[in-house]
Amino acid sequence: MDIGTIDQIIDNHQSEAGSLIQVLLEIQSQNNWLPKEALTRVSERLKVPMSRIRHITTFYKTFSLVPKGRHEVHVCMGTACHVRGAERVLDTVREVTGVGPGETDPELNFSVETVNCLGCCALGPVMVVDGEYHGNVETAETAEVLKKCTCSSE
Amino acid sequence: MSDIILQIDGKEVAAKPGMTVFEAAQSAGIAIPTLCHHEKLAPYGACRICTVEADAGGRTSFVAACLYPAEKGLVVRTRTEQVNRMRKVLLEQMLSHAPDSEDLLELAGEYGADPHRFEKEPSFCILCGLCVRYCAEVKQKHAVSFFDRGAKREINFIPEIAVKECWDCKECFPLCPTSALQAAYVLTESLLTPPEEPSSCGGCSSRG
Amino acid sequence: MPRMKSAAELEEFRQQILAQRDADQPCFTLCSGSACHATGCGPVAAAVEQELEKQGLTGKVRFRRTGCHGFCEQGPVAVIYPEGICYLKVKPEDVAEIITETIVNKKVVDRLLYVDPTTGEKATLENEIPFYKHQQRLILGLNLEIDPQSLEDYLAAGGYQALVKALFEMTPEQVVGEVKEAGLRGRGGAGFPSGVKWDFARNAPGEQKYVVVNCDEGDPGAYMDRSLMEGNPYAVLEGLMIGAYAIGASEGYVYIRQEYPLAVENLEVAIARAEEHGLLGQDILGSGFDFTVKVHRGAGAFICGEETSLLKSLEGMPGEPNARPPFPAIKGLWNKPTNINNVETWSNIPLIINRGAEFFNAIGTEGSKGTKIFSLVGKVNNTGLVEVPMGATLRDIIFKIGGGIPGDKAFKAVQTGGPSGGCLPADLLDTQVDFDELTRAGAMMGSGGMIVMDEDTCLVDLARYFLGFLSDESCGKCTPCREGIRQMLKILTRITNGQGKEGDIERLQDLAETTRGASLCALGKTAPNPVLSTLKHFRDEYEAHIHDQRCPSLSCKQLIAFHIDPEKCRACGACLRKCPAEAIDGGKKRIHVIDQDKCTRCGSCLDACPAAFGAVGKLSGEPVPAPVPEEQRAIG
Repeated sequence: MDIGTIDQIIDNHQSEAGSLIQVLLEIQSQNNWLPKEALTRVSERLKVPMSRIRHITTFYKTFSLVPKGRHEVHVCMGTACHVRGAERVLDTVREVTGVGPGETDPELNFSVETVNCLGCCALGPVMVVDGEYHGNVETAETAEVLKKCTCSSE
Repeated sequence: MSDIILQIDGKEVAAKPGMTVFEAAQSAGIAIPTLCHHEKLAPYGACRICTVEADAGGRTSFVAACLYPAEKGLVVRTRTEQVNRMRKVLLEQMLSHAPDSEDLLELAGEYGADPHRFEKEPSFCILCGLCVRYCAEVKQKHAVSFFDRGAKREINFIPEIAVKECWDCKECFPLCPTSALQAAYVLTESLLTPPEEPSSCGGCSSRG
Repeated sequence: MPRMKSAAELEEFRQQILAQRDADQPCFTLCSGSACHATGCGPVAAAVEQELEKQGLTGKVRFRRTGCHGFCEQGPVAVIYPEGICYLKVKPEDVAEIITETIVNKKVVDRLLYVDPTTGEKATLENEIPFYKHQQRLILGLNLEIDPQSLEDYLAAGGYQALVKALFEMTPEQVVGEVKEAGLRGRGGAGFPSGVKWDFARNAPGEQKYVVVNCDEGDPGAYMDRSLMEGNPYAVLEGLMIGAYAIGASEGYVYIRQEYPLAVENLEVAIARAEEHGLLGQDILGSGFDFTVKVHRGAGAFICGEETSLLKSLEGMPGEPNARPPFPAIKGLWNKPTNINNVETWSNIPLIINRGAEFFNAIGTEGSKGTKIFSLVGKVNNTGLVEVPMGATLRDIIFKIGGGIPGDKAFKAVQTGGPSGGCLPADLLDTQVDFDELTRAGAMMGSGGMIVMDEDTCLVDLARYFLGFLSDESCGKCTPCREGIRQMLKILTRITNGQGKEGDIERLQDLAETTRGASLCALGKTAPNPVLSTLKHFRDEYEAHIHDQRCPSLSCKQLIAFHIDPEKCRACGACLRKCPAEAIDGGKKRIHVIDQDKCTRCGSCLDACPAAFGAVGKLSGEPVPAPVPEEQRAIG
């Protein structure tokens, strides 16, 4: 991500220190993760110590300090999904992708995240793969959806 | 402005406006234990060992003495059975991280805390934040910070700042109630290339 | 339409909009809330637009995409006006038939109607469906009438009348008085009287004051705030402006989860449209009242729903709570007096100002006035958002509106109030749902999550789930919360793994007392509730796990085994094919057997076994019967 784009984002927020989280969110959404150079630039321009940026980028769950995989898998762990078997879905995801929540596999195929509630409780358990919702997923179906992803990316 | 009169452990105590319960008690010679308070730093309220029972506005509740403002007519009890029990559990929780800390063991003796009650998780740090706050508030260097949250919260040095600032300072070391800090610093040092070449620093890539 | 400079101009604009609208004009209304998006309202909407054009009906038939209607279980939901015919689970291929039959020929498409699962009766109109019939949708009901991005729709539905009334007919004191008299209590959790809170901020010294909308709805299993923000953002803004006028604030913030992209989008459109029309900005409608509003997206932290954390986050800091006092009403955002209410609370304000305190406080119970929106989810037939008057019983909500428990399962408990709420068993089903009664029963209102559980849900595991959630979501600043939750979670995990020890229950109670008593903020103070309420009502389940290594709900993975009943197995091979661990041995006309060493207890075999056979079962606390000897495995 080039410095110009980062500067543009910061300028849009009038370089206010209070907009730190909004600036980081925008960088994250454009670049998918937060490279170190971006954090350094933000620290300089907003005059916010690096310590605070480090704390914030590890405190808030949206931020990623490593590149994300080609396929983003979100498993809803909301209470409604939990009582309908979300843990089983997550187990299967872990088995198929080889990574757990918050992780990305070394080949950058999958990034797996758990989310607290997608507000689609009627469809629970819910898994979202690359923005597509899969409701009422059973173990076997979960595996099928993910295996399709690996096929298409190979 | 005139003094605020409150009651601590049955004793009438005069406090200056803006004082906390902790400071008021201290001025009256009533000791309340604390692990995260420091006179040069803004009150923080993290360790909660200073929890006391207070009656205010017709309600009894537990408050952190280091944060709660001394108010007119406030009635404070610093050593009730329940307060003692909570302090005991808090110490046991902290001892699961730093079982050899002398400061903790001394308080454990006073409150009958069993250092081995809870499963050990020796991080050696009780996250009092004295180092983080001292570095930020007094030294204004921001070389050490909290990372993450919840059960994963921890302290870490910021390598690119630490490499420049820490070697000649180290003022935070003696503040640490568990002596964890020095270890953390040494660890960070070992991850760094020599300070002459800070541009090739690879220390922070160790964190995901 | 340029900026409107007076109340008269606003009224004129409203009349223009109404004059262009014909109440008898057919309208195809399609729910496009997040849940209906997930069930596929996008392709349905495309089909509607295409079909209207094909039939030459574009412009003659209105097509309105609205926010959430509430009946998420049956989405995508379509309602055809002027009749109000309600079609459920609509697919793109149904659209042509709906338009031809219902809109053109005025006939009902029978197969898309709601069918009562018990009586088999069909319901044509929305209000005939039991799920809706027993609700009182004063707040959520507006979602059906408006396209959330259309200011015109909101004005046509009477929008901004409350603002005009407040600005031109009432003093700020009168507005606060009205909200006090209405008895509105905050819908975000604690239930603090909103008018009293407003008064604190109003009376606090200082020129600059702020109002904030808390839309950081983090409770897993609650989504009413999202649905209100998605479906009717203008109402939230109108409520906020009335509050700002009453308190004396000229700036507002909306703190909204970035996980709610549609809500963010609709809110931003609403703010832009309101600004264009002079309904935000300087000298609003010539009243002299200035008000601007900024959107702040939350970056994923449950704790930011706590008001002091939310303020820290607004200032660009980690969301670590501050001790109160000082309260935000005195020292809030940038140390200025600040009033924070959640989305549903703000949404109630236009209603109170329009209809008056007396209308509002006639609804509900002694201590809790108005209606409350619940998200009724979990093991319940009619999952969705439900708005009922305060004081409705749990039984009415779960059985009359929710249609009871799916399958032939028995109701076991309902969990209210989010992660730090409580579980109530069957004998408390007649509890009236209001702030005080729920607290008395050992649960709490929270933001209105209501998760229904049946006999298959293990409540020890549920407590473990909530503590796991809180362990991730605690800010980690203070010891009793961070360490107390950590230790409670360790113990609960051990218990659900079958490694519970004597004294674990007492250890849990001890930790709970300290976490509740000594924590800095409400998250910690209420974190032990899932443990304490399940211990209170379901202690025998804890004991079965600890003493007998048995999970009575057959749910805890480490304590159960799957077993194929040789008497029932028909060697169909369904389970064998689905098993991801290749743990099932079998073949044509050979009784299938599960290798317990290979089995990962994923449950695929149980899902796969045809209901007619029902050969796969679960066991807990008893030995798995030995496999059938090889020579007896052939099926005749």
